[in-house]
Amino acid sequence: MTRPTDRQVDEGRSPEELQSPNRRSPIANAVANTATAVALDFPSLRLVPKTDTPQKAGDFKTDQEVRWCPGCGDYAILAAVQGFMPQLGLKKENIVFVSGIGCSSRFPYYMNTYGMHSIHGRAPAIATGLSTSRPDLSVWVVTGDGDALSIGGNHLIHALRRNVNLKILLFNNRIYGLTKGQYSPTSEVGKITKSTPMGSLDYPFNPISLALGAEATFVGRAIDSDRKQLTSVLQAAAQHEGSALVEIYQNCNIFNDGAFELLKDKDTKDDWTIRLEHGQPLRFGAHNDKGVVRNPNTGAFEIVDVTPDNENTIVRHDAHTEDPSYAFALSRLSTQDLRYTPVGVFRDVKRPTYDAEMAAQLETAQQRGGGNLQGLLHGNDTWTVN
Amino acid sequence: MQLTGDRFTSETASFGNDLSTLPNFPAEIRAPQGTLPGVSSFQVHFADHDIMTPGDRPDVLVAMNPAALKANLGDLPRGATIIVDTHDFTKRALAKVGYEASPLEDGSLDGYHVHSLGLTELTLQAVDGLGLSRKDAGRAKNMFALGLVSWLYSRQIDSTVGFLEKKFATKPDVAAANVAALKAGWNYGETTEDFSVTYEVKPAAMPAGTYRNISGNLALAYGLLAAGQRAELPIFLGAYPITPASDVLHELSKHKRFGVRAFQAEDEIAAIGAALGASFGGALGITTSSGPGVALKSETIGLAVSLELPLVVVDVQRGGPSTGLPTKTEQSDLLQAMFGRNGEAPVPIVAPRSPSDCFDAALEAARIALTYRTPVFLLSDGYLANGSEPWKVPAVEELPDLRTEFATEKNHGDEFWPYLRDPETLARPWAVPGTPGLEHRIGGIEKADGSGNISYDPANHDLMVRTRQAKIDGITRSIPPLEVDDPTGDAEVLVLGWGSTYGPIGAAARRVRKNGMSIAQAHLRHLNPFPANLPEVLKAYKRVVVPEMNLGQLALLLRGKYLVDVVSYNQVRGLPFRAEELEEVLTNVVNEAGDTGTITGSADEIEVTR
Repeated sequence: MTRPTDRQVDEGRSPEELQSPNRRSPIANAVANTATAVALDFPSLRLVPKTDTPQKAGDFKTDQEVRWCPGCGDYAILAAVQGFMPQLGLKKENIVFVSGIGCSSRFPYYMNTYGMHSIHGRAPAIATGLSTSRPDLSVWVVTGDGDALSIGGNHLIHALRRNVNLKILLFNNRIYGLTKGQYSPTSEVGKITKSTPMGSLDYPFNPISLALGAEATFVGRAIDSDRKQLTSVLQAAAQHEGSALVEIYQNCNIFNDGAFELLKDKDTKDDWTIRLEHGQPLRFGAHNDKGVVRNPNTGAFEIVDVTPDNENTIVRHDAHTEDPSYAFALSRLSTQDLRYTPVGVFRDVKRPTYDAEMAAQLETAQQRGGGNLQGLLHGNDTWTVN
Repeated sequence: MQLTGDRFTSETASFGNDLSTLPNFPAEIRAPQGTLPGVSSFQVHFADHDIMTPGDRPDVLVAMNPAALKANLGDLPRGATIIVDTHDFTKRALAKVGYEASPLEDGSLDGYHVHSLGLTELTLQAVDGLGLSRKDAGRAKNMFALGLVSWLYSRQIDSTVGFLEKKFATKPDVAAANVAALKAGWNYGETTEDFSVTYEVKPAAMPAGTYRNISGNLALAYGLLAAGQRAELPIFLGAYPITPASDVLHELSKHKRFGVRAFQAEDEIAAIGAALGASFGGALGITTSSGPGVALKSETIGLAVSLELPLVVVDVQRGGPSTGLPTKTEQSDLLQAMFGRNGEAPVPIVAPRSPSDCFDAALEAARIALTYRTPVFLLSDGYLANGSEPWKVPAVEELPDLRTEFATEKNHGDEFWPYLRDPETLARPWAVPGTPGLEHRIGGIEKADGSGNISYDPANHDLMVRTRQAKIDGITRSIPPLEVDDPTGDAEVLVLGWGSTYGPIGAAARRVRKNGMSIAQAHLRHLNPFPANLPEVLKAYKRVVVPEMNLGQLALLLRGKYLVDVVSYNQVRGLPFRAEELEEVLTNVVNEAGDTGTITGSADEIEVTR
């Protein structure tokens, strides 16, 4: 189990501090003191009841036969998520996985929590209703590149801009798997598929850039096969107060095998992967000889060979940068062929969550006096018939 | 103009008359003034007895310009009173609506009692010295007209004075001007000798109780609120603004103190999705929309059918197809509610019949949703939404008890089966997240009977489709039999309606009976499933007439289900039926049934003169 760094736990203001004391939820006050030693401190989950018995990954497995293709990257992600869940230290019954449609969206069936396998693209909307009406739940959305970025693009960006307390895991395999191999909104231009025999004409989305355009408060990226790194991003996402989008590069070994090989092959991965670590300079490469600098003319980030002369100009990663253009510039380092792919936490900033704000409005209204239905029905303008 | 109508309605309601209103306005926010499509009107019908419609032929018309006169003149009976503001009867304004000469001068209004007044000038004089711009002062002319009509019908204006002072509390000069205009209008009536008669309509005899005036959308919002209270569940409303349903969103958004979460979503799909998500979490999920929005929600309604979770889907119908007539009424979403989904996806349908009935219908929709764990359609319409009538305020403790139980225990040995059903209702257990030991996964994929696990088994699918249908059909056992109003007991013809046509049909049936003929009337509140006795009722009459503001959607269902060749009478003008017109239709059918004794000819061919 990896301990989160101090800053992940404590840095920044807690959501309570963002609200005046009289707007704090009574549930929040009650639950805040009941965390057990089993759990790490997850500020975003303080309203969710904690378990008092230690959990293991096996507790989160269901008796359902997992029906992904043998060799699918989804297995690795499922194992990582099941392995990570005990760190949350939450009562299992207070965790919900909501998904849309697609291979990845079968995920909830394999998690021994509450779950809903909904309809294509709508999981963020459904999860929004659940999360905002049940602050005592930890709500996770599992979606794919087609589900989240094509048919459900609207719901995704609106959930992110509202900062609903959802953890959205976007499995990006850059292909439509369940419908047997059409190009997706993240497929590269020119991709030959069943529906694009002469090559795809669509310019792809960069999901990280898209989320940052919606001013998502947490955006991260991980790779299915790197469990340690995936787990650390999941951890940071879980700790984040509000919407967290985690893009997970996931290999579809049937319809798009090897899509992320550049970032997985031990001979190439270090040269093309930029690991984002808060507070650390953005240096990478097999010999740690490359770095990220800002072009003073355009403001964009560029890759340079690190020399003693330019060493001081290498950008030091700060995921808490308020201005989303910093993380956006990072996201633009990647090209369609994945050269220079940052992985890790791009952005992690504080903003009041939609859930907390909605609860606060209700509480404020209730403090002015609870609802009197009879009085309301009566109104101010009546007459009596005898 | 709508505000003026509201105030006159309120004065009339306070006086104790029975009343019914018909606001009628264009879809455009600021439609071009002085054109026929830009005319905004408000019709109110009041009486000393129980009335059912906003009236066919107004006895008094207040026309603020030539367009308003032209647009409404056709509705007036000869001898009606017309009050006209002459200010806008300029050559240009007349030409704009196609008057070659002023109708005030060319003798074309000779059959009416016309009162031509310089309403605008009189108003300007009344507010002179209050420091208003000419434009603002001119706006008070509606209040002058209201004062005059109030005097004509012996209404008190005190409540309107109070209303204006409150409404314009932050603009005392505007308040003062409106009050001055209102009083000046009243006084003008009193002092001028132009009006030889005034009218006094006595209070109507109504059952004892406390009354208020209420519009359909307000009653509907209150009904939903009451449902949440009586179910002891928090309400989650997901909605996207759409005419004519937005008022329900606005109203429920005000009631946070009742714990109502009102969520304005990014689109119609997210609106219902969020409501369904909240239902999964144990709230009373509600979504409100109109026809085009409901079309977008179809897939999620299907999901709710499959998940078997409670959900109230409100469709305040308007003219269609597509954008259609956003501010006008129609009943053309019945088949959309009934069938507008993929697969076999039955959804119960409840329809209110009058503005105040929207309250009870909302409670009934919630009852079915909660008891049977199903989405339910509540089909209101634009006429009910904006129309208003007196409402006897109910006692909260006498409203239906809607409490339902969440599952808390395992129900199949040491397992929890989310699709193990209640043998009586066939409803499945509602196990909300947070309940230990009942963790389960549900989805839109077909489920194995009982365990709820994914199942592609052919026999299981057949069973599940039939079971979901049987659950909805079984709701019949919880709804009252259809009541038939057949005062003489010898009627051969039944007129059967649903939704907002109740008023005009009832008024038409009264007229037929007044003429010495017999006719029976019944009105459906439950459109799916139908009441158990409906087939017997249909077969008890020689002919059944079904008037609808569509091209025969209920008629199609009745013919398909019961093999009864009902007489379908249809109109899709964006306006409610006129009692007079329905009277003629019903009279023809009664006569025909008496003449032939058997059903002949095409039932669709019902002649009526317009």
